[in-house]
Amino acid sequence: MGTMSGIEDRISNYAETSNRGGEPIFRFEDGAARVARGLGWFSIGLGLAELISPALIGRITGARNHRGLIRAYGVREIAAGVGILSGKQTATWLWGRVAGDAMDLASLGSVMQSSGERSRKATLGAVAVAGVTALDIWCASQLSSRDLGSSEYNSHAEASMIVNRSPAECYSTWRNFESLPRFMSYIQSVRATGDRTWHWVGRTAEGGPRVEWDAELTEDNPNQRIAWRTLPGSDFRQSGSVEFEAAPGGRGTIVRASMDYAATGVALAAAAATLLGKHPEQMIRKQLRRFKQAVETGEVITTEGQSAGRRNSVTWLDRIAR
Amino acid sequence: MKANCWHGKHKMQVEDVPDPKILNSRDAIVKITSTAICGSDLHLYNGFVPTMESGDIVGHEFMGEVMEVGPGVNNLKVGDRVVVPFPISCGNCFFCHQQMYSLCENSNPNAWLAEQFWGHSPAGLFGYSHLLGGFAGGQAEYARVPFADVGPIKIENGFTDEQVLFLSDIFPTGYMAAEACDIKEGDTIAVWGCGPVGQFAIQSAFLLGASRVIAIDRFPERLRMASQNSRAETINYEHVDVLPTLRELTGGRGPDACIDAVGMEAHTDGLSYAYDRAKQAMMLESDRPIALREAIVACRNGGTVSVAGVYGGLIDKVPFGSIMNRSLTIKTGQTHVQRYLKPLLERIEKGEIDPSFVVTHRMSLNEAPQAYDMFLNKQNDCIKVVLKP
Repeated sequence: MGTMSGIEDRISNYAETSNRGGEPIFRFEDGAARVARGLGWFSIGLGLAELISPALIGRITGARNHRGLIRAYGVREIAAGVGILSGKQTATWLWGRVAGDAMDLASLGSVMQSSGERSRKATLGAVAVAGVTALDIWCASQLSSRDLGSSEYNSHAEASMIVNRSPAECYSTWRNFESLPRFMSYIQSVRATGDRTWHWVGRTAEGGPRVEWDAELTEDNPNQRIAWRTLPGSDFRQSGSVEFEAAPGGRGTIVRASMDYAATGVALAAAAATLLGKHPEQMIRKQLRRFKQAVETGEVITTEGQSAGRRNSVTWLDRIAR
Repeated sequence: MKANCWHGKHKMQVEDVPDPKILNSRDAIVKITSTAICGSDLHLYNGFVPTMESGDIVGHEFMGEVMEVGPGVNNLKVGDRVVVPFPISCGNCFFCHQQMYSLCENSNPNAWLAEQFWGHSPAGLFGYSHLLGGFAGGQAEYARVPFADVGPIKIENGFTDEQVLFLSDIFPTGYMAAEACDIKEGDTIAVWGCGPVGQFAIQSAFLLGASRVIAIDRFPERLRMASQNSRAETINYEHVDVLPTLRELTGGRGPDACIDAVGMEAHTDGLSYAYDRAKQAMMLESDRPIALREAIVACRNGGTVSVAGVYGGLIDKVPFGSIMNRSLTIKTGQTHVQRYLKPLLERIEKGEIDPSFVVTHRMSLNEAPQAYDMFLNKQNDCIKVVLKP
């Protein structure tokens, strides 16, 4: 579909158009940009405080026993601050801050589960962080709509995974599309609608946008390659392929997946971005790993639902990692 | 059920948590009859292992009775008495097929995270950080055991728990460390650290044909166990210099192989300890490789340095020139426990070794926090604690 360099193209187009007026792209001193600069300096200040006196920050937030973590967060804050102030890809750095805020909130959340004064302090800290988070999100979305144009979503991603089974076994598991939701975490359901067409429903967060698409098989080369593309009327445009190549020395199969996604319109672009995440490549790699587990072991390893001395069986770290 | 949960540095708490459930078809639930505290659990206790989360159930040396099996487990039935290996291994992947079970490609649900830290991900382990899967551990009344058709070994004879419990980790770990030394007749093996893994490394080195084993530590009770139970010659590094002593004992050549059974929190007298403590405190290195450096320099030309002690991240000032110029071999790894279960159980059956010799303390699971504290501070000559749920 040729969207491989979509984002880069649009960035360079944008740079050209905005440079035509002799103005560098980051030089717009309106509300959002001023707030961004403020957040940049705030990031550096907080980062230095966390790095230099983690004990103090720990006392203030109730997270006394996590000095190492606080220092690491300090490094993160400084990096985000420098990134924002550098003026390049300001929105991306601000989204980085939003992710950092989420980490802070998750950490404070775990302290809040303790009792007494620590919990009270952590709650106050979380309220403060939540305020800054709101500012970060507002500012980042203001600037994103300018930097990249959020009415368009384009991505290309590739990943590969070696699977300890023959190409024929890998092919037949993948080709059985209806069973993919068993192990692909971003797919809710797949239903055949014709000989070579299927209706797909994406698995998004509860209350999040619903994403559906119809896809047709464009190539089906048994034990070697499957390719597909979405049909008109789908929520987003997608084309993809997966190849099954025998690994040397009989060491199973190298499964290579390649996918292009595109969506037009603010709502649909947001929905596609929610489904695929900021880093589609990592998402595809994680899905391939789940595919490998299902093919090799018959199940996908999990700790979801296990016992723990806290409310949730898994933590924020597990959710990032999976 | 009751479980021992990690809540931060030096903070363990036995609390009521939900009972484990079967989550996958190849899971089993084990009712734990004995569980032990490992020296590597002290790294968690001291806060040196990243990605621990408040509320994590710890413990990776446990055994008990099968209570429930998933539909995919055909080799175990309810009531079987089993010892559970600490690595979780699928038995189907490239590495499991080569018996490198601690490198299983399918048992770490957080493999992505481990790849960010280490380049590639090893297997998931029980109760040992989210980097290694975030699995609930075995210092509890019950545990969920994934891939139960591959890991646990059935115990069908009349051994006591303490005679077979250490098949879960420390006996195979000491054994693998000795096996890595490729011991030949006449070999002298030096072992840094006379904790439980060191003790099993010493005994395993003799089982594998070593002529002499020299054990290094500073706690008299540990050195006594090494000499009396395990027939080793001993060096107390607080009384003599290790390197010249080893040189003297081996006619100047050095030990044929050196085993580091200490790991990331090594201790020594003098400047190098202060150096590493300071760098660790400033987060400029994550581990203190004091025993490792000494083992490398002590080893004879062309010899093997076998590392059983746990390391987590980055170490500093490793004499790589000594390794390269003197043709040393470094062998290490989390133990491929499943590989050793049967052969080592056979050695126990034949009476070649009785692993229960390391146990110095028996306590109830409720006393786990006190047990950690005692073990850390080596109070009451503590070498190995077994907890009873």
